[in-house]
Amino acid sequence: MNELLAIFRRELAGYFATPLAFIFIVIFLFTMGAFTFYLGGYYESGQADLTIFFNFHPWLYLFLIPAISMRLWAEERRTGSIELLLSLPVPLWAAVLGKFLAAWAFSGIALALTFPMWITVNYLGDPDNGVILAGYIGSFFMAGGYLAIGSCLSAVTRNQVIAFVVSVAVCFLFTVSGLPIVTDFFAGWAPQQVVSTIASFSFLTHFNAITRGVIDLRDVIYFASLIATWLVACGIVVDMKKAG
Amino acid sequence: MEWQAGRRAWDTAPGREIISISGTHMTNENRPAPAGGEPMIVIENLTKRFGPFTAVDNIGFSVARGEVLGFLGPNGAGKSTTMKMITGFLAPTSGTARICGHDILVAPLAAQREIGYLPEGAPAYGDMTSLGFLRFIARVRRLSGSAANEAIERAVEATELGGVLEQPIDTLSKGFRRRVGLAQAILHNPPVLIMDEPTDGLDPNQKFEVRKLIGRMAKDKAIVISTHILEEVDAICTRALIIDRGRVVADGTPGALMARSRYHNAVSLTLSGQSTVAIAEKLRNLPGIETIEVTPRGEETTFTLFPKSATESDTMLVDAVARLAREENWPVRALYGEPGRLDEVFRSLTRSDTVKGSAAA
Repeated sequence: MNELLAIFRRELAGYFATPLAFIFIVIFLFTMGAFTFYLGGYYESGQADLTIFFNFHPWLYLFLIPAISMRLWAEERRTGSIELLLSLPVPLWAAVLGKFLAAWAFSGIALALTFPMWITVNYLGDPDNGVILAGYIGSFFMAGGYLAIGSCLSAVTRNQVIAFVVSVAVCFLFTVSGLPIVTDFFAGWAPQQVVSTIASFSFLTHFNAITRGVIDLRDVIYFASLIATWLVACGIVVDMKKAG
Repeated sequence: MEWQAGRRAWDTAPGREIISISGTHMTNENRPAPAGGEPMIVIENLTKRFGPFTAVDNIGFSVARGEVLGFLGPNGAGKSTTMKMITGFLAPTSGTARICGHDILVAPLAAQREIGYLPEGAPAYGDMTSLGFLRFIARVRRLSGSAANEAIERAVEATELGGVLEQPIDTLSKGFRRRVGLAQAILHNPPVLIMDEPTDGLDPNQKFEVRKLIGRMAKDKAIVISTHILEEVDAICTRALIIDRGRVVADGTPGALMARSRYHNAVSLTLSGQSTVAIAEKLRNLPGIETIEVTPRGEETTFTLFPKSATESDTMLVDAVARLAREENWPVRALYGEPGRLDEVFRSLTRSDTVKGSAAA
């Protein structure tokens, strides 16, 4: 546990040691705002809630989260520090989890800094703050899902650009698996059961369910098991790829 | 520490049953059971295969407290791979290593707590400052509060990092980065130190400092360093182990290895001026000379005299050559008995990378 905490602290501080954290947060907040107010037509909608704001989250995360996760393991392998890290008395799971939690905490900080949106809607009208809170929780879970995928794919390569591109592609599939772009591909030949199973993997389906204000246990289990699965895969990949 | 030295001599000089230390005789039986001397690193049948390639082939050795083992071999011989397995980074294909009694496969964390490891190239987290990095290592090593501060202070002092503590590691010179890696390895004062090329890329002054540091720590630790700088072996190692293509090809004190050299006990005589047949002939006629090699070097000529029996002491031959030189009034520039040449032994025992492919054919 001590070791996990040490790795967590180091990783989190690592984001802020370079301009990365600053640039990321500024761009995250800027695009969130720009999308919500201009693309989303926030004022025109006349609704004092954050539905439009949250609707953009999956699509922003698709590009921004892999930018956080791409360095997690690829950087360690490129610089060789992975040899140092894994020869320290640290269990592999603590290293995998510590790094993931640091990245998740960082994305949580970025997400929390969107609080002016919340202040704005409360100023403009009388929104259901429970629904907004659910939206934030859902968004945070979804960020965790993207990060777990990105962290595993970052372990596959020592090249951060490859890690980024592959993560975006895989995250995209997970995002849209409930939409026709994916389901149509399977609908023609696969049994209905398979199609609906694939559709149930969609981030959008589960995220939208939460943002409606209902935190269903099934959605929580979905994200928790998705994160757990990808982190286990991450541990396996790190272990396998050590030699290379 | 006298006993330590004696023990090493005993270990590495097979055939000598009794050693004499300070006038007393000590045999295997009445040797005290001290804290030191027990094997801290025990490596058994360690093998690592990468696909069809066998990087480390059934290596076994042990290192006792007080020993500095120089791990030698050409590039690609399996030095780094062996160290990665000892430190638990790579899983061996078969065999295992025990660190202070902890099997690295069964109890990796317990074993890793006993090890300080400097991986090849001294990797670190470049965006951290030296101090931040050492604090991180202290935390991972479960040192906190004043214990952590003391450990960091000690390591910083030993590696003379004081001036660069607040600098990001990425901005440091190669020498300082290597020292940060060293500080990290010795931070928790481990009983076992494994260092992969600790002086690689350092300038001669820094090399000297690092060797001095290793020498200071040597007496109560078991230390393994890999290097291909042969003079280093002579300077700091109590024992040298040469591996080639994954196998141990030699194991002994640097002196014992040098005794394998054909230069061992040869006498080297350097005269100014060109070689003459007459000088070579006179040297060849000295008693006990097998052959003579003549090497002209600029204005000087070096004659290397190989005695018939290399095991005999060379002092008599040196005396004989000195007498002859005086009688003949030769312009002597240098005259000495050769202890042997490690690089020559190294070359004769190992093959370079380039012949690896053709070795099987």
